[in-house]
Amino acid sequence: MKVLMFGWEFPPHISGGLGTACDGLTRGLAKHQVRVLFVMPSASGDEDQSAVRIINASDVTAFQTRKEARELLEKVQFLKVTSNLIPYLGPDEFEEQVDLEREKEWNEFRISFGQKFKFSGKYGSNLMEEVMRYSLVASAIARQNEFDVIHAHDWLTYMAGIAAKRVSGKPLVVHVHATEFDRSGENINTQVYDLEKRGMEAADRVIAVSNLTRNIVINNYHIDPSKVFTVHNAVDFSTVENREITRGVPEKIVTFLGRITFQKGPEYFIEAAYKVLQKTKDVRFVMAGSGDLFNRAIRRVAKLGISSHFHFTGFLRGEDVKNMFAYSDVYVMPSVSEPFGISPLEAMKANVPTIISKQSGVAEVLHHAIKVDFWDVNALADAIYGLLTYPALSAMTVRCGLEEVNALKWDNAALKVKQIYESVTEEKL
Amino acid sequence: MKKTLCLYFQVHQPYRLRQYRFFDIGKNHDYFDEFANKTIMARVASRCYIPANRIILDLIREYNGAFKVAYSISGIALEQMEQFAPRALESFQELAQTGQVEFLAETYSHSLSSLISPRKFKDQIKVHVKAVEKYFGQKPKAFRNTELIYSDTIGEMVADMGFTTMLTEGARHILGWKSPDYLYVNALNPKLKLLLRNFRLSDDIAFRFSDNKWADWPLTAEKYAGWIAGALEKDDIVNIFMDYESFGEHQPASSGIFNFLKAMPGMILNHTNLEILTPSQAAAKHQPIAPLNVPYAISWADEERDISAWLGNELQSEAFQNLYKIEDLVRQSNDPDLQRDFRRLQASDHFYYMCTKFFSDGDVHKYFNPYDTPYEAFINYMNVLSDITLRTPKK
Repeated sequence: MKVLMFGWEFPPHISGGLGTACDGLTRGLAKHQVRVLFVMPSASGDEDQSAVRIINASDVTAFQTRKEARELLEKVQFLKVTSNLIPYLGPDEFEEQVDLEREKEWNEFRISFGQKFKFSGKYGSNLMEEVMRYSLVASAIARQNEFDVIHAHDWLTYMAGIAAKRVSGKPLVVHVHATEFDRSGENINTQVYDLEKRGMEAADRVIAVSNLTRNIVINNYHIDPSKVFTVHNAVDFSTVENREITRGVPEKIVTFLGRITFQKGPEYFIEAAYKVLQKTKDVRFVMAGSGDLFNRAIRRVAKLGISSHFHFTGFLRGEDVKNMFAYSDVYVMPSVSEPFGISPLEAMKANVPTIISKQSGVAEVLHHAIKVDFWDVNALADAIYGLLTYPALSAMTVRCGLEEVNALKWDNAALKVKQIYESVTEEKL
Repeated sequence: MKKTLCLYFQVHQPYRLRQYRFFDIGKNHDYFDEFANKTIMARVASRCYIPANRIILDLIREYNGAFKVAYSISGIALEQMEQFAPRALESFQELAQTGQVEFLAETYSHSLSSLISPRKFKDQIKVHVKAVEKYFGQKPKAFRNTELIYSDTIGEMVADMGFTTMLTEGARHILGWKSPDYLYVNALNPKLKLLLRNFRLSDDIAFRFSDNKWADWPLTAEKYAGWIAGALEKDDIVNIFMDYESFGEHQPASSGIFNFLKAMPGMILNHTNLEILTPSQAAAKHQPIAPLNVPYAISWADEERDISAWLGNELQSEAFQNLYKIEDLVRQSNDPDLQRDFRRLQASDHFYYMCTKFFSDGDVHKYFNPYDTPYEAFINYMNVLSDITLRTPKK
């Protein structure tokens, strides 16, 4: 089995969890004898290619001949940015107009796409343009390679997946790691929503990272439930290290670690901290991360008068993240919406008792984390207080939590993905 | 000599806790969810206790001395019945007046005290004995422990208190090749006779009755009486012990369980070599065949038939240890409200809710369970315990 996989990033150069998930998944697939051609817009050459072959889209020429270009334009017409809808034209005039348009398009494409395109592979302001160009390159790659299934990760690559499907006729699997609703709440970017919906509709199978996400796919994108499958993410901890840290303060530490954005629910953490501090001053709260609600969070903490026991660290990376876990007595993830959520697993791996919101996908696979509704500040405060006060509770969540996290293997997730591939390739036969 | 069928039903409802947050500690001493307790008691009374008691009363009258049953009603269930379902309590009292019903003793609070201290255990039994005398006008001679928990030493304590009969589980890992359908005695004090639950025949009613995937579904009274008679061709006593709530609550009325209950005694008594006796009568009549060695506590719960459903993880042990730490002080306090609340907190159910054994198939554990997870159950219970500890005078 050979898979043409479209991603946006791959370790070591990552900005979110997507690259890590792709890495874990492809390693898992390799163990199940699935070969993966991993396409990404901008590879740096230092990616670990032991489990995958990486194709750098920036190295690929979209097409060589005029014939190829014509064919491509026919097949991937959906990419056109301009519209043919012109009012008050007779059929002949329309025909003429269309020919004119085609010629114009060809000229444009020759100029912009005839040569290689240097993708940034980032999430910058010309993201939409990169997404479109990526799909053009994708169709070229689809023509130049042999494979059985196409697999596209998140909306940035869905167009590439669709283009590859049109060119090759192979089945398409799209993998939903997050939806626009997770990123923006109810005020969604409709352009992104449209691309997501088109990707899911064109796909033969949709993989969601949790049942929570699966429900969003079904209810908000109106996708046929029979083709949407949940495969929970996993986590492979390459290095197990439990570092010893000398603390500067005697109090116990409760940590929020993540982007300080609407989606992550930082305000619920602050309100819960306030409630706990009413009862005991023997605890300090830390909010590690940055984001658009950062200033508002600081103002709220000041207004509640708890700044002496509530600390902000700003954005943490690498070693500092590990140190932060080592410092923590309780880790809290009060996410309003979290398709999966890998960081509670990291906390549990570091022996930190963990509280997660019931609105996170990871809650579906964890039994030994304490779960609360994100809006239920009382329950959250109560859980924090319980973990700080009753030793058996933290001891048991840590012990059982570690066992549980160690059992979440990419091997198992990859096997489910492989079965999904098999179900579509068999259908095609 | 006639062979014996012995029927005993357990009646128990705990005082469920309300959601008690840590900021209530030291401020609010109102622990119990009166709404839930009231509605559940009222519901169980109308679905089970009242209609089932009606049938039992009719059967007693119809068979004129040949049909008998035994009940054990926990003290805190009696309290709630008096408070929320007085008609159910009256119907039990009516049964007591027929003289054909034996009431057993247990710990007042349906507690796990037998596992921690002989003194506390015995004190609670005495309180329950008094309650049984008060409500039903009889002094219990037979004893059954919470969840049929039993070990050699627990049996010895029960014998010391003057009980002659005790009921427990016919646990397979204790019996091995032996049959539960005989009279046994305590290994330390042979004066205490043991009746062992026949779990297969008991669970046929309690768990499987309405299960239409079960090969023997539907279970008719005739078929069931045939099984009992079959078991008693060789053996002496079949003990059918179960939660009374099996009738009408676990097994809904629509399953035909009440018709089954009505018809079953007649089908048994049709076999001329069979009779129905209460536990004390059965123990007095038959000869014990062997002492039963039970070094570690057994119970009627789950597949393991041990105490791991209540004290199997560290949450449960911590809550249990902390609860009994203040027991002496509560007893000496002369504060009736404090003592009442403390009794209610001892019910085994609170510990059952903290069980982590059945994350996957906790069907039985979920029944009437107010919590989503064992962790929530623990946090809530510990908050309440923190408050009651603060309330308790420190000498």
